[in-house]
Amino acid sequence: MRVPRTYHRLMNANDWAPPLATGSTARAAKEVLLDLRAIGHAYGSRVVVRGLSFSLARGTIGCLLGPSGCGKTTVLRCIAGFEAVAEGEIRLGGQVVASPGVHVPPEKRRIGMVFQDYALFPHLTVAENVAFGLHRMPRMERNARVSELLGVVGLELSAATYPHQLSGGQQQRVALARALAPRPDLLLMDEPFSNLDVDLRERLSLEVREILKSQNATAILVTHDQHEAFAIADEIGIMHGGEIQQWDTAYNLYHKPVNRFVADFVGQGVFLDGKVLNSRQVRIEMGVLTGEIPRDCLAGCDACGKGCSVEVLLRPDDVIHDDASPMQAEVLHKAFRGAEILYTLRLPSGEKVLSMVPSHHNHRIGEAIGIRLEADHVVAFRRSESQP
Amino acid sequence: MNYNWNWGVFFEELPGGEATYWEILLEGVGWTLAVSALAWIIALVIGSVIGTIRTTQSRPLVALGNAWVEFFRNIPLLVQIFLWYFVVPEVSAPLKAWVVQAEPSHVQFLMAVIGLGLFTSARVAEQVRAGIQSLPRGQRAAGMAVGLTTTQTYRFVLLPMAFRIIIPPLTSETMNLIKNSSVALTIGLAELTFRAREMGEYTFNFFEAFSAATLIYIAIAMTANRVMAHVERRVAVPGYIAGGAK
Repeated sequence: MRVPRTYHRLMNANDWAPPLATGSTARAAKEVLLDLRAIGHAYGSRVVVRGLSFSLARGTIGCLLGPSGCGKTTVLRCIAGFEAVAEGEIRLGGQVVASPGVHVPPEKRRIGMVFQDYALFPHLTVAENVAFGLHRMPRMERNARVSELLGVVGLELSAATYPHQLSGGQQQRVALARALAPRPDLLLMDEPFSNLDVDLRERLSLEVREILKSQNATAILVTHDQHEAFAIADEIGIMHGGEIQQWDTAYNLYHKPVNRFVADFVGQGVFLDGKVLNSRQVRIEMGVLTGEIPRDCLAGCDACGKGCSVEVLLRPDDVIHDDASPMQAEVLHKAFRGAEILYTLRLPSGEKVLSMVPSHHNHRIGEAIGIRLEADHVVAFRRSESQP
Repeated sequence: MNYNWNWGVFFEELPGGEATYWEILLEGVGWTLAVSALAWIIALVIGSVIGTIRTTQSRPLVALGNAWVEFFRNIPLLVQIFLWYFVVPEVSAPLKAWVVQAEPSHVQFLMAVIGLGLFTSARVAEQVRAGIQSLPRGQRAAGMAVGLTTTQTYRFVLLPMAFRIIIPPLTSETMNLIKNSSVALTIGLAELTFRAREMGEYTFNFFEAFSAATLIYIAIAMTANRVMAHVERRVAVPGYIAGGAK
């Protein structure tokens, strides 16, 4: 049932290391704090995580991004110690905290956790909630740490109130302060913003990133919302079917997805039929795209030679509206986005493409408009029968 | 109704002349309160422990808790009281030795307290379990995540909220316990119902005797209710609905 694909072997090998972020050679030298090696987990006979590996350097914010049911929360719970692992091992600061024979209990792992429903203690005030993880600290020191953190999250004035008297955003900030108070080695955040409205979510995610960076925290976020992931994380792992499909920066996930799932899941776009002309060119209906063809496609194409069929990903920003262009497409749908309109267009062949156009170009549905291809790289995948 | 009420009967003396009827009713109230108070302490302490262990991850503890609740909840209270009073001393030699030479009222009192306390403990255990399980799952994880052990998580995170939530059903249970204490009359404990019946039999003024007993039970139960309501308000968590906030 499991089709071995090149990128799986590449991503899940035990000796696999996180990609170096471009332009930051310093990061490569950073100490690896968290290291997951081929971990597996099953609920009864249902396997939810298999052969999953990644590692995170100290001071980095990582993110597991994927649709519901992909196993991302289970991975987080394994790291936290709420679940035991069935295979592989988890190392935290070099020490094995979980493997089939080892299970360090959650309270001994020096982790902090922020929950989807905040899980604040309702019978304690905000200050008492934050002080909760500091029960071993002398009183003076503890009070100082609590005020410091309430300052960091901007809730100095709410110290004596109870959690249920605060708004959702404020509660989430208290939860963050509580998790950061004991200076955990690693902070885990499980869908921390999913209960907040969209505006607040965007603002708070940027704020949280700044707070985490100011505390030099190492953190892992789990979410199904890519905007949240992009706003907070340095490195993102796309999860699907209990495996990490690609671990990369937001830029690379969007522009250099390693497989069709990642291409489809991250951002918007359509897949068009194409033919490989040579190692740097692919022809599609709208013209010829030039750029480096991803290894996944070429690896497959070695066998069938040039000219094999591929699916080419076109993002809405790859298709430009140009009245002077001889190529015409019919407007099928339009979605007004403020600064832009997202048009769904039908090509003469019947294939559909998306185009993001500045919103002063306001065309009617059914109208034919001129379009032009403007993509500086190629994202293509070998056509396969089993694709969903 | 053609009945000749005689409220003066309370001030008449018993045939033996050692006390008046209102005095023996008051004595009965004393036993009722004593049995209820001690049984309530037993029920609350054991019920909390049993209810808590039923929510742990340990299979033997959960099994023990389940067995306890099923045993004491599925046998009628009256049968349990009889078992404690008539059967258990026959099984245990040291207990039998004590029972034979002890003051009968002490034995009756002790067995009523144990029987009523354990019976109610099973019911309290169910409420404590429900209270803990009604808390969001994240609360336990949050306790562990801030570095608490399982015991500390129960002590500082789960139980404080669970008890607040179950105060209303615990109030009913307290009132039930007070009223259930009347079954102790079947093993001869001279509590309120016993004394009311005694008074009725001597004077044939059953209406007066049980009217008085009824009013006294209502007064005791309502007092217990008011006390619990006060506790509920005192420990209410601001902003939290289930904690009995205004």
